[in-house]
Amino acid sequence: MRYAMVIDTLKCVGCSDCVVACQTENDVPIGYCRDWITETVNGTYPNVDLEFKSERCNHCDNPPCVRCCPTGASHVVEGGIVLVTSNECIGCGACIESCPYDARYQHPDGYVDKCTFCHHRLEKGQLPACVEVCPTKCMYFGDLDNPNSEVSKLLKNRKHKTLAPEAGTKPHIFYLI
Amino acid sequence: MEEELFSSGRNIPHIDPTLEVWHWPISIYLFLGGLAAGLLFFAGAVTILDKEKEYPTAVKYASIISPVALSLGLLALVYDLTHPLYTWQLYTTIRLESPMSWGAWVLLIVTPLSFLWVISYFSEIFPKWKLRLGILKKLESFTKKNRKKMAYALIPLSIILGVYTGILLSAFNARPLWNNAILGPLFLTSGLSTGAATILLLAKTHKEKNLFSRIDLVLIVIELGLIVHMLMGMYAGSEVQLEAMQLLVGGEFTLMFFGFVIILGLLVPAILELTEILGYKVPVSIPAILILIGGLVLRFVMVEAGQITRYLY
Ligand code: SF4
Ligand code: SF4
Repeated sequence: MRYAMVIDTLKCVGCSDCVVACQTENDVPIGYCRDWITETVNGTYPNVDLEFKSERCNHCDNPPCVRCCPTGASHVVEGGIVLVTSNECIGCGACIESCPYDARYQHPDGYVDKCTFCHHRLEKGQLPACVEVCPTKCMYFGDLDNPNSEVSKLLKNRKHKTLAPEAGTKPHIFYLI
Repeated sequence: MEEELFSSGRNIPHIDPTLEVWHWPISIYLFLGGLAAGLLFFAGAVTILDKEKEYPTAVKYASIISPVALSLGLLALVYDLTHPLYTWQLYTTIRLESPMSWGAWVLLIVTPLSFLWVISYFSEIFPKWKLRLGILKKLESFTKKNRKKMAYALIPLSIILGVYTGILLSAFNARPLWNNAILGPLFLTSGLSTGAATILLLAKTHKEKNLFSRIDLVLIVIELGLIVHMLMGMYAGSEVQLEAMQLLVGGEFTLMFFGFVIILGLLVPAILELTEILGYKVPVSIPAILILIGGLVLRFVMVEAGQITRYLY
């Protein structure tokens, strides 16, 4: 099993619903976030192109954050999900420095926190909160190892990209373009 | 033209607008670790070569600083942890891919060893003090007998410690300024050079001063070579590395880097030491102090500038 998220940048309107849904679902402290929206403008008027992206931890296949963690608090679980065990984390920040996407932050309680793909919801058979709430239904979540899953089919048929593939992390959030 | 902004008002303290999770204690820690590595290396080397009588500062007096530096460095490191109550988790595993993990283990071996080293010279360093406790007395005579063995252990351990202070940073491929293979050797050389400078500062005899100012001169030349090598490598690198280099050359950190590290920390001491070796009178404390300041500033510049650099996407 290999979980992945596919996000359709052509459908995303940048409403930030996913950001708020995550903050609510995961009790993210005020002023922090586990996912965020970027707005990229390309070109010069009148030939401009606007792209919205909902970004978060990429649950990389080759995660430098896990490699650099001195205690093993950052680890990979079934399905390729990268998690942090808060009572093993010493708050050294090595994982924050090693993430090319700045996807992690230090929780005010000291440990490091980030997107979990809503691991607690997946265990109950539910989708991640951000995917569930998206009003334009531009996010898809599923198993890449299953060729018939929605995400596998989308990646087979549509043009897509990942962020900073040159960092060698093999990110697992795919953006349809 | 491309313009990107966070439209969800992403605001994560210490990460936006520029990442800054590592603060001054980390720079201090890297400096003190390098300094201790240098001091222990020379203490070990002089002992192995059986030159303790001729170079007493290197083996005795300067080596008091290493346990102090290591302890203060560790304190600084723990001070910068945000979840410090769990520090013991470092010692529940050994993770070889994580430099911070094996560094923590190396420190766990080197720090006690540096204390034992000082204990072995205790009655010579502090002739007026007597070790009253029986155990300590036994420890002193035991360490005295095994000094040579300790010296053999210190050489590899101090080199690992010195290299580690650089590799800790260079293991982060997400920070282009750090992610180059020169940082390990560069920090090792700088650590050795600050160690030699400290011995130079404390040395009493002309012979010892002379040797360590020569050693320092060689180390300075190597360090300059490594810095040029590092900058050239980044200059020939990808866009992110080029931008990283520009922080040091022409950017925000230029004055600190060229002024304090290269000119005041390396070139001026090299010239002063050269004039001294040629026979002119120069108080050796000037180049020694300049080298120490340069080494400290180098750590600050690298730690702070490195955190600004990142991948573009
Ligand atoms: S995006 Fe960052 S935090 Fe997430 S797995 Fe990759 S490197 Fe780790
Ligand atoms: S901050 Fe925590 S999770 Fe991150 S590397 Fe350090 S111990 Fe591991």
